[in-house]
Amino acid sequence: MMNGRLTRTLVLAVLLLLVAGCSGASRDRALTFLTLQDGLVRAALPGVLLLGLNCGVLGTLLIARRMTMLGDTLSHAVLPGIAGGFLWTMTRNPVALLAGALVTGILSSLVAGWIMNGTKLKPDAAQSVVLTVFFAAGILLIKLLPDGNKAGIDRFLYGQAAALDAGETVMLAVAAGATLLTVGFGYRGFLLMSFDPGFGRSAGLPVRGFHLLQMFLTTLAVVVSMQAVGVILVAGLLVIPGATAWLFSGRLHRVLVLAALFGMAAGLAGAFLSYAGDGMAMGPTLVLCAGIMFAAAFLLSPRYGMARRFVSGLLDRRRIQREDALKSVYRLLESRDFREAAFLPDDAGQARGMMESLARHGLAESLAAGTWKLTARGFRHASRVVRNHRLWELYLTRRAGYAEDHVHDDAEEMEHLLAEENIAHMMGVLGHPVADPHGRRIPREDDTMEGLASRHE
Amino acid sequence: MEPIALECHDLSVAYDRKPVLYGIDVSVPSGSLCGIVGPNGAGKSTLIRAAMGLLPHDGGWVRVFGQAVDAVRRRIAYVPQRSSVDWDFPVSVMDVVLMGRSTRSSLWVRPSAADRAKARECLDMVQMLPFADRRISQLSGGQQQRVFLARALAQEADLYFMDEPFTGVDAATERAIVSLLQDLRSRGATIIAVHHDLTTAPEYFDFMLLLNLRLVAAGPTPEVFTTELLQKTYGGRLTVLSELALRAQAARAPMTR
Repeated sequence: MMNGRLTRTLVLAVLLLLVAGCSGASRDRALTFLTLQDGLVRAALPGVLLLGLNCGVLGTLLIARRMTMLGDTLSHAVLPGIAGGFLWTMTRNPVALLAGALVTGILSSLVAGWIMNGTKLKPDAAQSVVLTVFFAAGILLIKLLPDGNKAGIDRFLYGQAAALDAGETVMLAVAAGATLLTVGFGYRGFLLMSFDPGFGRSAGLPVRGFHLLQMFLTTLAVVVSMQAVGVILVAGLLVIPGATAWLFSGRLHRVLVLAALFGMAAGLAGAFLSYAGDGMAMGPTLVLCAGIMFAAAFLLSPRYGMARRFVSGLLDRRRIQREDALKSVYRLLESRDFREAAFLPDDAGQARGMMESLARHGLAESLAAGTWKLTARGFRHASRVVRNHRLWELYLTRRAGYAEDHVHDDAEEMEHLLAEENIAHMMGVLGHPVADPHGRRIPREDDTMEGLASRHE
Repeated sequence: MEPIALECHDLSVAYDRKPVLYGIDVSVPSGSLCGIVGPNGAGKSTLIRAAMGLLPHDGGWVRVFGQAVDAVRRRIAYVPQRSSVDWDFPVSVMDVVLMGRSTRSSLWVRPSAADRAKARECLDMVQMLPFADRRISQLSGGQQQRVFLARALAQEADLYFMDEPFTGVDAATERAIVSLLQDLRSRGATIIAVHHDLTTAPEYFDFMLLLNLRLVAAGPTPEVFTTELLQKTYGGRLTVLSELALRAQAARAPMTR
């Protein structure tokens, strides 16, 4: 599959760039990472991959429902819950932290919902209010923690891959497993409620249930990912892999798979960079890697990529130039009643280079003494362009009420764009006309040089 | 089949405390091809959405085939307004039509061969079978409407609610839809469609609801589609009435929504 190969190439390119960019000590660390010699690396890697996979899938579902803002809100709103869980038990007991985070995470979406229903504020405003207030409360609560110094806060805010111990990896695995099972089996439900929830409710389907499942899984993902990437940037990890995958495919299931792959790739690259570049915080590094991946996809994606648009624009312009040349040759041949196939490029106002370009496309061939002729294919192509031009002029004057002297410029553009079905339609509407508004003959599909020459004898 | 497909009694709906429908009493007999007609903002879409329980009522009740809507959802099909969904969504035509075959349990498994066959059959009925594997973003407006129609057909319902099924479609699609609706009715189904084109309404529908915040008239088309009643529906006199109703409602408006 094209997409898969492109993905692998992208990931490899990013990694190579990173290695090449490191110097001295960092290069040694990079090699240590790549050869998995460090126990810390071996412990952290599975967690980072699980986290990328989980966030990629859930982020795609958020994008599908235009709810990415929710990732932001959740990631900020869990902070007071985590601090509260810590204060309650006075240990970093993961169950307590998780419970606290789930409580404030769910509370935040409830409050945002109340604000929206009770006022005319739109979701973005309601969520921004909730997000910042919860976050502020969280920061102050962390200050109250026993180790609530700057380092403690930094770990919550920016994450630390080295902090991933076996227990946390298990929680990441449980969360990712829950997501994969739920989204894997419930795919049709998520598809339906993302595309047309009203229809789902009209058919009595559990749209609300799927919504709650999605919210629960997303909150869980944010909470378990926090140790590694920190609260602020979980949102980036949720949205960016999904947004990247969105550029590649037109089917939700493929977008989901790609997003999982992109998420894992970003996790890997982020872990690598933050390890190699000693002291680079995990969260920002990871999100930056995801951002680089998105930028590459934006440039190279076969569907929306800037590169593709540029190349196809270039190819289109070349084709139009060739077609214009063919048309001017056709006019020259027509002015000589098609009696002679050979012509001098100068007489048709064409440079030698253009003729060679036509020859490369099998549309023209060179004869003796600097003369050229169109191949049979070239003549057919030229006839089509001239036919399109004259038929369009006729269509505009007869059906759209244009004056005869107003149609030429428009036809200059349309002649390159009209598809065969447009031609068939216009032919039908105009009753298979033989001449354009200026009285010139409209070429036919089955025209040949010989046939046209014999008409003039 | 029950004689009455849809019955509303004193049905009121409000958005933001502003009444959109006020005290609707109506019965639509089974086997009708029923059009809901009225000016912009008359609450036509609101009526069918409230009838299906997609919007909360502020008063009154709705029965479908003599029962609460929730008890008969499997017998209801719905064609929402085309503009209510995002047509850039990454989904294929086939997958949209398969949504019409969804049940609580089938959401958790792959669609069966029988469901796929039914979906293909419905796509064929609206002449969209060749497009089954296309992305929906590649369709024209008329084709999108046909896909929605195919999805409703796949629901194999007894009562079809349709919200402006003719909006933004070409003449060929409109004719195709009308003949499909007539086929459905001849097989005993009831169709209730929001319609805004008065010139075609009497030709398409044999039963009509004239609506403008409240029900102006309901009955067989020849009895209801009269100049006098249409003037009442679209004319200025009713605006005064509805404004009064609006003020009265506001005075004792519910606090929710």
